[in-house]
Amino acid sequence: MSPRSSGLPDSRIPAGPVADAWRRTRDGLPLISPLRKRQLQVLVVGSGLAGASVAATLAEQGYRVKLVTFHDSPRRAHSVAAQGGINAAKNYANDGDSIERLFADTLKGGDFRAREAGCHRLAEISGGIIDQCVAQGVPFAREYGGTLANRNFGGSLVSRTFYARGQTGQQLLYGAYQALMRQVAAGQVELLTRRDMLELVTVDGVARGIVCRHLITGALETHTAHAVLLASGGYSNVYYLSTNALKSNASAIWAAHRQGALFANPCFTQIHPTSIPSGDAFQSKLTLMSESLRNDGRVWLPVQRDDPRTAAAIPEAERDYFLERQYPAYGNMVPRDVASRRARELCNGGQGVGPGGRSVYLDFNDAIADHGRATIAARYGNLFEMYERITGDDPMAGPMRIYPAPHYTMGGLWVDYHLMSSIPGLFVLGEANFSEHGANRLGASALMQGLADGYFIAPATVTAWLAGNPTPEIAPDHPACREAEARAQGRLHGLLAVGGSQPVDGFHRELGHLMIEYCGISRCAEGLQTGLKQVALLEARFHQEVRVPGEATGPNGELEKALRVADFFSLAQLMLRDALAREESCGAHFREEHQTPEGEALRDDGSFAHIAAWQYQPGSGEPTQPAPAAEPVRHSEPLQFTVMQPSTRNYR
Amino acid sequence: MSGTLSLNLRIWRQASPDGPGAYGSYRLEQISRDLSLLEALDVLNEQLIGAGERPVTFEHDCREGICGSCGFLVNGQAHGPQRATTVCQLYLRQFKDGDTLVLDPWRAKAFPLIQDLAVDRASLDSLIGAGGYCSVNTGNAPEANGTLIGKDQAASAFDTATCIGCGACVASCRNASASLFVAAKLAHLAQLPQGQPERSHRARAMQAEMEQQGFGSCSNNLECEAVCPKQISADWISWMHREGRRQSS
Ligand SMILES: Cc1cc2nc3c(=O)[nH]c(=O)nc-3n(C[C@H](O)[C@H](O)[C@H](O)COP(=O)(O)OP(=O)(O)OC[C@H]3O[C@@H](n4cnc5c(N)ncnc54)[C@H](O)[C@@H]3O)c2cc1C
Ligand code: SF4
Ligand code: FES
Repeated sequence: MSPRSSGLPDSRIPAGPVADAWRRTRDGLPLISPLRKRQLQVLVVGSGLAGASVAATLAEQGYRVKLVTFHDSPRRAHSVAAQGGINAAKNYANDGDSIERLFADTLKGGDFRAREAGCHRLAEISGGIIDQCVAQGVPFAREYGGTLANRNFGGSLVSRTFYARGQTGQQLLYGAYQALMRQVAAGQVELLTRRDMLELVTVDGVARGIVCRHLITGALETHTAHAVLLASGGYSNVYYLSTNALKSNASAIWAAHRQGALFANPCFTQIHPTSIPSGDAFQSKLTLMSESLRNDGRVWLPVQRDDPRTAAAIPEAERDYFLERQYPAYGNMVPRDVASRRARELCNGGQGVGPGGRSVYLDFNDAIADHGRATIAARYGNLFEMYERITGDDPMAGPMRIYPAPHYTMGGLWVDYHLMSSIPGLFVLGEANFSEHGANRLGASALMQGLADGYFIAPATVTAWLAGNPTPEIAPDHPACREAEARAQGRLHGLLAVGGSQPVDGFHRELGHLMIEYCGISRCAEGLQTGLKQVALLEARFHQEVRVPGEATGPNGELEKALRVADFFSLAQLMLRDALAREESCGAHFREEHQTPEGEALRDDGSFAHIAAWQYQPGSGEPTQPAPAAEPVRHSEPLQFTVMQPSTRNYR
Repeated sequence: MSGTLSLNLRIWRQASPDGPGAYGSYRLEQISRDLSLLEALDVLNEQLIGAGERPVTFEHDCREGICGSCGFLVNGQAHGPQRATTVCQLYLRQFKDGDTLVLDPWRAKAFPLIQDLAVDRASLDSLIGAGGYCSVNTGNAPEANGTLIGKDQAASAFDTATCIGCGACVASCRNASASLFVAAKLAHLAQLPQGQPERSHRARAMQAEMEQQGFGSCSNNLECEAVCPKQISADWISWMHREGRRQSS
């Protein structure tokens, strides 16, 4: 029996042992004849790893596929920026890795806030992903003997990370993109670029299409289908400055949420410890510096608060290598959330360096002394160049400055074991859904999950759904489509009509400040309450004072931004509520009220071993105004652990 | 920590593909040298919006040199003066106080203009669709370590596979040829065992598509190599021509 609680659909977690649950499920799923597949239309939103891989695979199987992306080309999806690598339990390094170990690491890494069966399935599928990518010609790094190279990543005890220099996401995405373009050329996929999804169409509670805005003509278009798949990525840009690409957004999933799709664990967001810190108010982006730098770099701060000296002028005895001091066993390699939290604490305490005291040093001096400049340059040359291009400083000459940055969102639309949301016929893949990273994602596991969803899981489960639900084709002039268009129309005209004086970016920047302050690395009830009030005030101001120039027709970048930021306001409030309701610390969610005497996260398995799934409550506002939503409803899906009992992470 | 500077900008403004276009002149006063050029355009756009004018349209997304969205000419140079750098990674400290920067969109028949500095590069996707892939359906793949590939060979394939599809090579070529882009993809796949079965077909199909899409042919000016942010070597273009002969013989 699947665990179930009132208000939630069945999570369809297979009964019986976890170990071969996916194989058993897959083998039992219904199939569809090739002839019938040709009559079925599937709509995919997003062309990142998850979207491109699922669109290509479904097209190969004979479905008619439409792929919608706001980018001008599928190759530009944000997945292209992933640097470090992709995990797979191949045990090529012969260091004791196995499917069971990757499974255990994923569940533990997520601090026991993910579904066992889902984590196990990922580990099981991981090897096949590498096979698929290699067959496509993805140029992974190799050993001299010609076998695939692996590296150790994010503090893992085994080497299971496959990589293509510092551009793994790029190469994996191009593999999926090329497979996709092959299907586009064959006429199996209709590629609809430069379209922003604004609304979801449902008929009798079933997802049947989307409304999107053509970003060049401005026209609203409705596309209908037998199944809708969202693979629209994560929402770290709620924080304004993040490591995500600037146009990454939550609008597609938020549109689905407004139509009833539950949103799970919105407050589970990962803050990556090593990014280039912010400086100028107009800085638009926090660039990630790969985690691998912590293999050789030593993190430190001056012992003395507000120390005015340059790094070089501070003698060894007056430096605090705080991670090494606090975590002798793991040192600089502690998990992302721990490293981020400790850096923030010390900076708040006045020890921070750089503009506003908001950064810490990452020093390669000792590594250069031990291994020589050439070795360090060979390991990190590209990253050092990137750092120098952005900051103007050479990390060979003096330490880098780094600071944590919002990076990844574990939360997302709730999906069952089949990746179907609470709206039948609506599937959610990749970072857009909430699976399987629990409260904290392991390094190199997002790429794995996106491709597992896209190449292997969704093709099987979407087929099963279509086999059991022979819904008729609906025409774009169906009343439900008309209603969805009217909703989109109302929102964009509402924004154009405000006629205020402030550009969108200023509001987004302010929202980011509030969110990083109250719902970032460290959270407390009082701050979260304050955050809720202030975000609501800011949202109200936005709808009175924003200036969106231009018109609904033609290209209008400011209108695009305004629509996204409007959705971020609502999502931000849900994140704050979720963080407030989760009265425990787990993974990346750290509640100051819930910590051990040593300042480590204190989980409450008795009350919170569950997934929080939030239901949108439509408000009664004008259709042109964002409806001030009534309090959303929090449902919970209990988590059951059969293979491994929850344990406490200990890195001391 | 490097202070501020002021810049004069002359930016190509054209509201629609068939409408008239002209340079607009703007001045940015005392902005931080630590901003990127795109961030300077953000500053300019906030000012334009405040003044009730239409902001400048330019393409961008990752702002870290990997997505290939950004790209325009800075004083006639694709992606600006810094070697191996996309325009989103070009920082103002590369310029002097009082400099004038002239910004133009990519100009090529195969890249129709959209607005201001933004052009349509969908033709590059068509080139990939013509053959820039290995035809393996999901689920057909053999065990990954079943095929050995030398470390250097894999690294060389990687070097050609890093093309980000920005189109700078086309924009800087007087014939608006996409030879570097096509050669990079052909070389990536031809250097790997996985790319062998379709090698001849791929080379023919992609080069035919290049003509079809309105790209010019290569006359060895090597401007493409000079502007390529991923430093893809133009030697691959000569290799591509030999590859064509290899097949016809
Ligand atoms: C700098 C960086 C480095 C990373 N490094 C690693 C790593 O080394 N290993 C790892 O495992 N993970 C890494 N990650 C995380 C990982 O890259 C992402 O989680 C993953 O690529 C997300 O893929 P996706 O397919 O879900 O979404 P994305 O790649 O974000 O794609 C989203 C797609 O949806 C489309 N879209 C979005 N909204 C709309 C809309 N409203 N309308 C129409 N289309 C829309 C976009 O156009 C795009 O095509 C990294 C992340 C960052 C930011
Ligand atoms: S070859 Fe270089 S210049 Fe041409 S599209 Fe690729 S990365 Fe850009
Ligand atoms: S914005 Fe992505 S490469 Fe410049």
